[in-house]
Amino acid sequence: MSVRRLAPKEQQPASFAFTAENLAWAQAETKKYPEGRQASAAIAILWRAQEQHEGWISEAAIRVVADLLDMPYIRMLEIATFYTMFQLEPVGKKAHVQVCGTTPCRLRGAADLIEVCRSRIHHDPFHLSADGNFSWEEVECLGACVNAPMVLIWKDTYEDLTKDSFGKVLDGFASGNPVKPGPQNGRQFSAPAGGPTTLKETT
Amino acid sequence: MTKLIVDGKEIDVPAEYTLLQACEAAGAEIPRFCYHERLSIAGNCRMCLVEVKGGPKPVASCAWGVRDCRPGPNGEPPEISTRSPMVKKAREGVMEFLLINHPLDCPICDQGGECDLQDQAMGYGVDTSRFAENKRAVEDKYLGALVKTSMNRCIQCTRCVRFSAEICGAPEMGATGRGEDMEITTYLESALTSELQGNLVDICPVGALTSKPYAFAARPWELGKTQSIDVMDGVGSAIRVDTRGREVMRILPRVNEAVNEEWISDKTRHVVDGLRTQRLDRPYIRENGQLRAATWQEAFAAIAARTGRIDGKRIGAIAGDLAAVEEMFALKALLAKCGSANLAVQGGDAFDPGAGRASYIFNPTIAGIEQADALLIIGSNPRKEAAIINARIRKRWRSGQLKIGVIGAKADLTYDHDHIGAGTDSLNDVAAGKHSIANVLKGAKNPIVLIGAGALARQDGAAVLALAAKIATDFGAVKDGWNGFGVLHDAASRVGALDIGFAPGGLNTAQMTTFGTLDVLFLLGADEIKPADGTFVVYIGTHGDRGAHRADVILPGAAYTEKQGLYVNTEGRVQMADRAAFPPGEAREDWAIIRALSDVLGKRLPFDSLGALRQAIFKSVPHLMRIDQIQAGNAADLKKLAGKGGRIDKTPFKTSVEDFYLTNPIARASAVMAECSRLATGQMLTAAE
Repeated sequence: MSVRRLAPKEQQPASFAFTAENLAWAQAETKKYPEGRQASAAIAILWRAQEQHEGWISEAAIRVVADLLDMPYIRMLEIATFYTMFQLEPVGKKAHVQVCGTTPCRLRGAADLIEVCRSRIHHDPFHLSADGNFSWEEVECLGACVNAPMVLIWKDTYEDLTKDSFGKVLDGFASGNPVKPGPQNGRQFSAPAGGPTTLKETT
Repeated sequence: MTKLIVDGKEIDVPAEYTLLQACEAAGAEIPRFCYHERLSIAGNCRMCLVEVKGGPKPVASCAWGVRDCRPGPNGEPPEISTRSPMVKKAREGVMEFLLINHPLDCPICDQGGECDLQDQAMGYGVDTSRFAENKRAVEDKYLGALVKTSMNRCIQCTRCVRFSAEICGAPEMGATGRGEDMEITTYLESALTSELQGNLVDICPVGALTSKPYAFAARPWELGKTQSIDVMDGVGSAIRVDTRGREVMRILPRVNEAVNEEWISDKTRHVVDGLRTQRLDRPYIRENGQLRAATWQEAFAAIAARTGRIDGKRIGAIAGDLAAVEEMFALKALLAKCGSANLAVQGGDAFDPGAGRASYIFNPTIAGIEQADALLIIGSNPRKEAAIINARIRKRWRSGQLKIGVIGAKADLTYDHDHIGAGTDSLNDVAAGKHSIANVLKGAKNPIVLIGAGALARQDGAAVLALAAKIATDFGAVKDGWNGFGVLHDAASRVGALDIGFAPGGLNTAQMTTFGTLDVLFLLGADEIKPADGTFVVYIGTHGDRGAHRADVILPGAAYTEKQGLYVNTEGRVQMADRAAFPPGEAREDWAIIRALSDVLGKRLPFDSLGALRQAIFKSVPHLMRIDQIQAGNAADLKKLAGKGGRIDKTPFKTSVEDFYLTNPIARASAVMAECSRLATGQMLTAAE
């Protein structure tokens, strides 16, 4: 991890406003907490702001959420810079690829996936591809070790990847027809790869 | 109470104590960085580790309650050790971690010589480093005109974050990022807005936050230290004036629990450069419309020539905000000899010393605010008029036991309050019991009615004062054992002036500044006064400010750091300021000027030394003798005052302090205060650099 700063001024939009639907949701979220404790809803609402705004948090969004929850701006900035799930700079429009690089995935070939990201998206993480549609980063364990190696794109995980199948996943996002999330080698969820190994006989 | 054994010594401490407090009570010294008595507990520096017998690990004593300690197997009191080998090893380890990323720049660090980290590294650290890797580098942040940052030195104790959120009430500082990348900053590096931000420098245990105006100016061990009293507002904060040679280098707070705890306002701290510039260092006489430098003899002769021939009734004197009791007493004595009682102190027209002390002091006392459970603020913005008292109100409000109502201009006071209205209509409503705050005051155990200088510096000031006293007495703020009527003065001289009767015996300020009433007017550092045309003005003061521009004769006096003087703060506490430096050039102490002038005028005053003058003061006003004490006001006087009544105008109240940073001649001469004022009003400097 490195120092996390807001995106430079040139990239910042002038303003941010929740859609009516998201605003209603955010207000319902604050009601979950007792009066005076609305700040508890900060992370959930900031996350919704990120989803609404092309997958990243702008400076304007931080202010809007802080105002909504009656918090000082600096408190919201602390949250946004603390949690790495909040992207502070623009990410790929079609896909922001989060490659798991923790030990189980690494042993099962995460380095290959990173190699694919480097050649197909950008040499460095957190940089947009030339067409602006893709970006990638390496993240810590996402909890799908049994299906290693895997990547997370938006809300879905793509598991049991190889260089080729990962390439197909990226192709799918590029063409607008994403492949089905989950294991990409044909197995069902995290069931044994070559079919059942136990409880084969029924009596 | 809970029994504990600390380093083999049995002590009995309250159950709500933390281990750190208990260890200190037992006389053990616990090193710490993040812990501060007046801030919430963070427990993140780990320097205060102690060993609790039976525990596998050392515990952070600042965050460990005494009631959390378990007794021994046979019910023995818990045993704490602050000197065991485990504690020593733990401290050395923590110190080593803290120093991993701390630069070795003590020789060029302004904190050097008064640095907690430096001292504790000497006391509890080891003498070598095992860290061969690169140190972390952090960009310096911009925090405004007063606080300079050197963020490489930051150890992330978060004292500054907690201070700005809890004491200042302006939650502007925060820690972004995490782990090794955690950085202390404000939102997008905007300037701090609190008027207590100078205290961040004191509270920072390392050299990460240092004083910008004082940067690279001096080392602590080469400074002479004088304990004194601040005069920038009516609070009378305890300060320490640090001097090198003749020059005042900086001003720091002293602890005085009854007044300023350990904070001072930015004006108090950073007015220092105003003491050097714009000084009057020789007498001046106006000749043909122009001021020219003169000798003392010439200046005195010019005054004698004007005053010798006229009726004493046509001589007057007005004292400014910074005048000490001594010179006001001397001036009063001189005018009395001339046959005049035309005396006034700036902003004091609403008060009548004859109405008793209770009518013009802050009766509940500053420390008493911490017992209050209801507060009505009338025509005041305490944040600007007395930032330290505002911090005390905020402290009480944070405990959740203080309800606050405000009549006056809307302002961010750093605490929630019920804004009742802007003007006298609302005051009348409250007095008639028509507003809910009336019930709050009535139901409160210790209510305070605070009336500000802004509400009293009007034509109808005396009537407003009487109405406020009526509210206080009607709603139970004045009773046995509690006097909740408080006047918040914004000037250091006013209570002292009223105590010695430096108040209109003849003409008041408004009358003295009317055309044709006076021939000679003495201004004792009074700059907010516009004397009428044709009046011969003698200005005794320190700075070439408004008063000096209008003067016909200027007599250069001594600033508050250059003389010994008695000051009485807004709660009526008598305090003695001490001399830290000497007045510049030919300037002299004000009382001595008046004494010398009296000789020339042929009305020789009967005191030849400061001691003799003080004896005369104490003889006429005995309670001024009791330094650091408050002569309590008489509650019966308030009942009398409440009955006075009077006509009240409809104009809304406004605060007496429009610009916090530029309230007196010294502050107006200070470049630092000017810069702060610019930042506060949102005007950025756009000069081509």
